[in-house]
Amino acid sequence: MIDPIILFFILGIVAGLARSELRLPAQIYDFVSILLLLSIGLKGGVELAKQPFGALAPQVLAVLLMGLSLPLVAFPVLRYLGRFKRADAASIAAHYGSVSVGTYAVAAAYMASNGVSFEEHMPLLLVILEIPAIVVGILLARGLRRDMQWGLVTHEIFAGKGIMLLLGGLVIGWVAGPEGLVPLEPLFIDLFKGILALFLLEMGLIAASRISALRYHGPFLVVFGIGMSLFSAVVGAGLGVALGLSPGGTAMLATLAASASYIAVPAAMRISVPEANPTLSLTASLGVTFPFNVLIGIPLYYEMSLRIHSAFGA
Amino acid sequence: MNDNNTRTLLTIITEASLEGRLLPELEKLGAQGYTITDARGKGSRGARDADWDADSNIRIEVICSRAIAEAITARLQEKYYDNFAMIIFSHDVSVLRPEKF
Repeated sequence: MIDPIILFFILGIVAGLARSELRLPAQIYDFVSILLLLSIGLKGGVELAKQPFGALAPQVLAVLLMGLSLPLVAFPVLRYLGRFKRADAASIAAHYGSVSVGTYAVAAAYMASNGVSFEEHMPLLLVILEIPAIVVGILLARGLRRDMQWGLVTHEIFAGKGIMLLLGGLVIGWVAGPEGLVPLEPLFIDLFKGILALFLLEMGLIAASRISALRYHGPFLVVFGIGMSLFSAVVGAGLGVALGLSPGGTAMLATLAASASYIAVPAAMRISVPEANPTLSLTASLGVTFPFNVLIGIPLYYEMSLRIHSAFGA
Repeated sequence: MNDNNTRTLLTIITEASLEGRLLPELEKLGAQGYTITDARGKGSRGARDADWDADSNIRIEVICSRAIAEAITARLQEKYYDNFAMIIFSHDVSVLRPEKF
């Protein structure tokens, strides 16, 4: 059965395509995304409190490496097959190496409603995957130039609301522990799906406004947006099995790899590679990849993880 | 109109993401103050409908002397016009307390 939160997303797309006057007020959208980021961080933080950091180091390193390599695969495809300008190719590649928290939230809800458990420290990997692609993207666009204002970029990345709230949630959850968080659960845990439904409604509206932009940017972005997601999902799932994650965890890592950023990376790229056209990367990540992952990708990646596990897993 | 009371009102409409970088620059160039409002609209860079962060615009208004207004215009034009959505225009306004600007 289709999860009702997906129907909210479809409602958003339909309303957007019908040019409905429906829109979430900007402040509400801000509030909803702040709640999502915090509750994802808190859940992960509680779990971190239960295990030693050392045990996670190999996973952190492997995921960091994946975040560095995915944009390196995407860049030549965009540059030579897609014939994009260097800055545009680098910027789009950075979006696809990084992650989308919205997609992660939908995947987490999918796992929960199917009764699949996954490694609860996944939000830590989410934070880590967010960053390396940005650095690679800037280097691909600029090369190792001295006049790059890395201080400004670092500030944009770490002071941006995404990383701030995810990391902040992780730390608060870690410090508070499971019992400490019990009084907060009605807001951050119990309401999660309702909040996610509202978030997806607005994402549907935003995606619809991007879908109409696709007419101008041709079929290449559609093919790339889906193809790159599928490729990255296979890489993520392979890595998940190699790291010994559960089938649920493998599917989550595949989803993380397959998702494309639309908050942290656009903001960082706007500051550091301003000549890259933000319409191209946002059209691909919001108009193609986000809907694809939410509607088709996540169940597909879970199915793929199950198959890989029964083929290679212990 | 008394010339001593005439100042220039400079209006800058640009991407919200630039706010943090522009404000220190305005002050460095001599602006004594500014007013910022959220804005939306449509132009050569498409609809900026403020649905979410990346699509938001702001309007910055500065009242200052003509010389400062020209310095700000020249500087912003050189640094941001190529890659950012930005419109700058100015006109004369009469003010009650010229010493403030």
